[in-house]
Amino acid sequence: MKYVIAGAGPAGVIAAETLRKADPKGTIVLIGDEPEAPYSRMAIPYVLSGGIGEDGTRLRKTPGHFKNLSIHVLRDRVAKVLPKKRQVILAGGAKTPFDRLLIATGSRPVKPPVPGLNLTGVHHCWTLADARNIAELAQPGADVVLMGAGFIGCIILESLLARGVNLTVIEMEDRMVPRMMNETAGNMLKSWCQKKGVAVKTKTRVTGVKKSNAGGLTVHLNKGRPVNAALIVVATGVKSNTGFLKGGSVRMQDGGVAVDDHLQSSIDGIYAAGDVACGPDFSGGWAVHAIQPTAAEHGRIAAINMAGGDARYQGSLIMNVLDTAGLISASFGNWPGVNGGDIAETVDKGHFRYTRLAFEDDRLIGALTLGLTEHVGVIRGLIQSRISLGPWKKKLIANPSSVMEAYVALSPAAA
Amino acid sequence: MQKSLVIYPDKCTGCLQCELACSYQAEGVFNPAKSRIKVFNFHDQGRFVPYTCTQCDEAWCLHACPVDAITVDMTNGAKVVSDDVCVGCKVCTIACPFGTVNYNQATGKVIKCDLCGGDPECVKACPTDAIAYMDADLTGLEKMRAWAAKTDAALQAGA
Ligand SMILES: Cc1cc2nc3c(=O)[nH]c(=O)nc-3n(C[C@H](O)[C@H](O)[C@H](O)COP(=O)(O)OP(=O)(O)OC[C@H]3O[C@@H](n4cnc5c(N)ncnc54)[C@H](O)[C@@H]3O)c2cc1C
Repeated sequence: MKYVIAGAGPAGVIAAETLRKADPKGTIVLIGDEPEAPYSRMAIPYVLSGGIGEDGTRLRKTPGHFKNLSIHVLRDRVAKVLPKKRQVILAGGAKTPFDRLLIATGSRPVKPPVPGLNLTGVHHCWTLADARNIAELAQPGADVVLMGAGFIGCIILESLLARGVNLTVIEMEDRMVPRMMNETAGNMLKSWCQKKGVAVKTKTRVTGVKKSNAGGLTVHLNKGRPVNAALIVVATGVKSNTGFLKGGSVRMQDGGVAVDDHLQSSIDGIYAAGDVACGPDFSGGWAVHAIQPTAAEHGRIAAINMAGGDARYQGSLIMNVLDTAGLISASFGNWPGVNGGDIAETVDKGHFRYTRLAFEDDRLIGALTLGLTEHVGVIRGLIQSRISLGPWKKKLIANPSSVMEAYVALSPAAA
Repeated sequence: MQKSLVIYPDKCTGCLQCELACSYQAEGVFNPAKSRIKVFNFHDQGRFVPYTCTQCDEAWCLHACPVDAITVDMTNGAKVVSDDVCVGCKVCTIACPFGTVNYNQATGKVIKCDLCGGDPECVKACPTDAIAYMDADLTGLEKMRAWAAKTDAALQAGA
């Protein structure tokens, strides 16, 4: 059996390792187009803040790890997939046959249609190459503009602050992390950042970027004065990497590769995992969840099925945890809630603490937290085990912070 | 041999000796807030429930880690965080459905029970034998496992 994996990020690497466990004799080729050894994008912010060197981002740190598992790591780009011929064509024109193919090509950042974003000094923060460019320009005291205060933007914000830059954040929506936090929490995050000396402009759009006379950049806004910048970091959203499938027969959904509950695409023997896959959402329906835990789960489950196993995926739970200059926030699942479902909230703006719980009947389906670091994972446990809260629902509505007590009381630990 | 901590809540008197011993072993201070084992007090029932990592097979924390900072101690199956490698991203803290990995803001790293390298201090400190250290297959771990399976992202068929 010959397995080809396109993309050597977390989804691809975990799939390759899982395949090796499930099929000790199969041939495994892991194709990645980045020059570095397989690494984790998620670790880039910690390179920028100086916590680790580039080596610290490697997905696997043991020398010879892939070789020892007989996983052939190939540095190349998959340019086309020929499903009928069971071949992939590489950028240089070479053809590689496969019996099973995993598409794990991740996603890439996109620029909004704003003039001037092609100027020198404008960067995404997505690859190690980006990180090097940013590090060069993000010197202590340098004026830096961060476009977009979404989840990725806020993670980068933290590391830019650690570098001692003079930071301005521009966000179109009315709050920070608008897809991860509601108005209350998103605005508490905003005031926290302002307290830390970050200029945060919400409901504001960048209309254009120009070279300034002083040699730097000037960022023009739809309101207020222009802002100077030595560096602009663009974090305004991502798109799945599916270009090499264009015109082919692999079915797409929401910009990603549509997969079933075994992570197989519309074509037999071709699977997809991670940021590129539109898979089952635990909260219902299908979605692209561009987060690390989903990439890891997809990679593992796709590989089990590729090797002939039968693992049905229950769906990924969208969840994020964010550290914004010391304020830790987390979001899980369907936090906006459902029609007719109860919501419990507790807010302490002075101490930057907030909890919101969303219920459907007597089950927890989503949550937001601000300022919680202890036992935060049980929120996932409560949601994903679909446990009936019984009398604990009332207690949680009275005191939403007591999720851990509810969990311990309901779990066999208390028996 | 896979070993684990087995807890008998009915024997727990809530004295918190386990928390003190754990925090001293792990952090060098007697401070329950820094303990990896936590005793929950259910006032209305007059019950105490000590709670910590079961070193589960699913190892959610280990699989979610983006930098390979959590590894398995082959002598006892403990999932151990390597401080040198951990970048403090906290993804494991939301990935662990048992809530037993916590972020320590003072160090910028995550902390969890590592079974003290095979000689757990909490077990030695407990005056009422409410915590024991045993082979996993002899323990009530199975029921915790069944509970964990409900949370499993994949059905276990073929896994
Ligand atoms: C700065 C930053 C911070 C983040 N922080 C978090 C966080 O805190 N929590 C969280 O859950 N997630 C976070 N993420 C998101 C997380 O990193 C991604 O969800 C994860 O990397 C997805 O893994 P993947 O394997 O699907 O894709 P990727 O990691 O993107 O890997 C895909 C690989 O495939 C390569 N590739 C693409 N096309 C081809 C081709 N045609 N041929 C060959 N190779 C190809 C790509 O270059 C890449 O190397 C962060 C991302 C960034 C950029």
